[in-house]
Amino acid sequence: MTEKRLKTGSDFTWKDMEVGNIVTEVGNASVRKTGDWRTKRPILDREKCTKCALCWIYCPDAAIKPSEEGYYESDLYYCKGCGICASICPAGAITMIEEEEK
Amino acid sequence: MPCRSYNYDRGGRKMSKRVGLEASHAAAEAARMADVDVIAAYPITPQTHIPERLAEMVANGELNAAYIPVESEHSALSACLGAAAVGARTFTATAGQGLELMHEVVYVASSMRYPIVMTICNRALSAPLSVWGDHSDAMAVRDTGWIQVFCQNNQEAFDMTLWAFRVGEDSRVLFPVMVHFDGFHLSHVTEPVILPEQKEVDRFLPRFQYPFALNPDKPMTHGAFGPPDIYAEAKVAQEVAFRKSKGVIIQGFKEFGDIFGRYYHPVEPYKTEGARTLLLTMGSFSETAKIAIDTKKNKGESVGLINLRLWRPFPFEELRQAVKDAETLIVFDRCISFGGPGGPVSSEIRSALYNEKERPRGVSFVGGLGGRDMSVKDFEYVIDRGREIVEKGSEELFETVGIRGKVTGIRG
Repeated sequence: MTEKRLKTGSDFTWKDMEVGNIVTEVGNASVRKTGDWRTKRPILDREKCTKCALCWIYCPDAAIKPSEEGYYESDLYYCKGCGICASICPAGAITMIEEEEK
Repeated sequence: MPCRSYNYDRGGRKMSKRVGLEASHAAAEAARMADVDVIAAYPITPQTHIPERLAEMVANGELNAAYIPVESEHSALSACLGAAAVGARTFTATAGQGLELMHEVVYVASSMRYPIVMTICNRALSAPLSVWGDHSDAMAVRDTGWIQVFCQNNQEAFDMTLWAFRVGEDSRVLFPVMVHFDGFHLSHVTEPVILPEQKEVDRFLPRFQYPFALNPDKPMTHGAFGPPDIYAEAKVAQEVAFRKSKGVIIQGFKEFGDIFGRYYHPVEPYKTEGARTLLLTMGSFSETAKIAIDTKKNKGESVGLINLRLWRPFPFEELRQAVKDAETLIVFDRCISFGGPGGPVSSEIRSALYNEKERPRGVSFVGGLGGRDMSVKDFEYVIDRGREIVEKGSEELFETVGIRGKVTGIRG
């Protein structure tokens, strides 16, 4: 997970709220953790992955990013667990598992 | 207090003029003298004369503003939100059903802290269909977070509209303001109104400097989503800021008085000194009730009147101070809170006094619904019957005035 520098919702007390709840910092939508209501998460099998990047293209939330080795991994800070990546993967390298499972 | 005098400059010259105006035209005149930038309004009886007059002023070049004709009140206030977001001085007006149709946007305006000024020509709510006056529309927006004042006469309709811009736009406030005046009783009745000189208005009302105006050079987000981890903090911050606005509200009354000579207060006592029985009213009925007080005082009765001007934020301290020495407090409502504890004003007053060690006995009356007249004699009846209820009690939770047939079945 990348370092998050801007404040997000639970960092604010009521006294920190700007007039009219206006957000004066630009680009802080990325700070908001939106991957916390996922019920399933994608698991990548690197043995099967061909690095074709289709999952990266299809992810509706831009939550998949290439790693340094060139594999496409999901950023669970944003991933909603929709399963599109698993469905589109031509190599069958992505499986969705229940969040409770290890 | 209505004032019938002129203002004079240092050379003794008259600085203002006295003209005959209905409250609607007085409010439009106030918006013009405030040099509003944007008006978005939809005509509805009895508010129609306000947007009509303003549209005329814009068309004639008397007022350099954008007049946005819209297809509904919902759109009217929505257009005002957009205008206020870029820092425009923004005005609208509505009444009754129009205010109801606007309802969801009414909350948005206050929560986003846009200091829009809206005059309401108070009107009853359907059904049965009624274009005539009462306070049902005002009470339905009681909790929307707008600063709200009631006017007794046309001069006040002018004064409060001007004052509303001064207070709402103050950087310590930034809340929208509703100026209530009674439909037809004021909106369509011509009275003498003192109009100030433009330079006096300019002295009272500085240009609107909205600190968060939308600007492509300085991007920011208005109206962001509020998930459960931040919504509650946002609402508490709004509530604290709203209550704090009372200081500026009172300062605004003082500044207004210092420039124009007419001083207003959140709670306005009339001949209450030493009075054992007090009657509390709002809006134009206060002037009728004052005549009833005069009549009774001339007969030696110990009575006085409280005119409640500031409705939100509610003036708790001022009210407690005003009624603390009275034995009986009769509250007159122009609205029914169906199945509730009485009229909305009455229940608020009772609630405000509940924890006081010494407080007057409270009596509640409802009348003047849907344009039904309340005469001086009717208010004399309210006072007489109110005192009787304190002595002998009443089987009803609140009593009504002028209803044909004996009213029973309003019990707690």
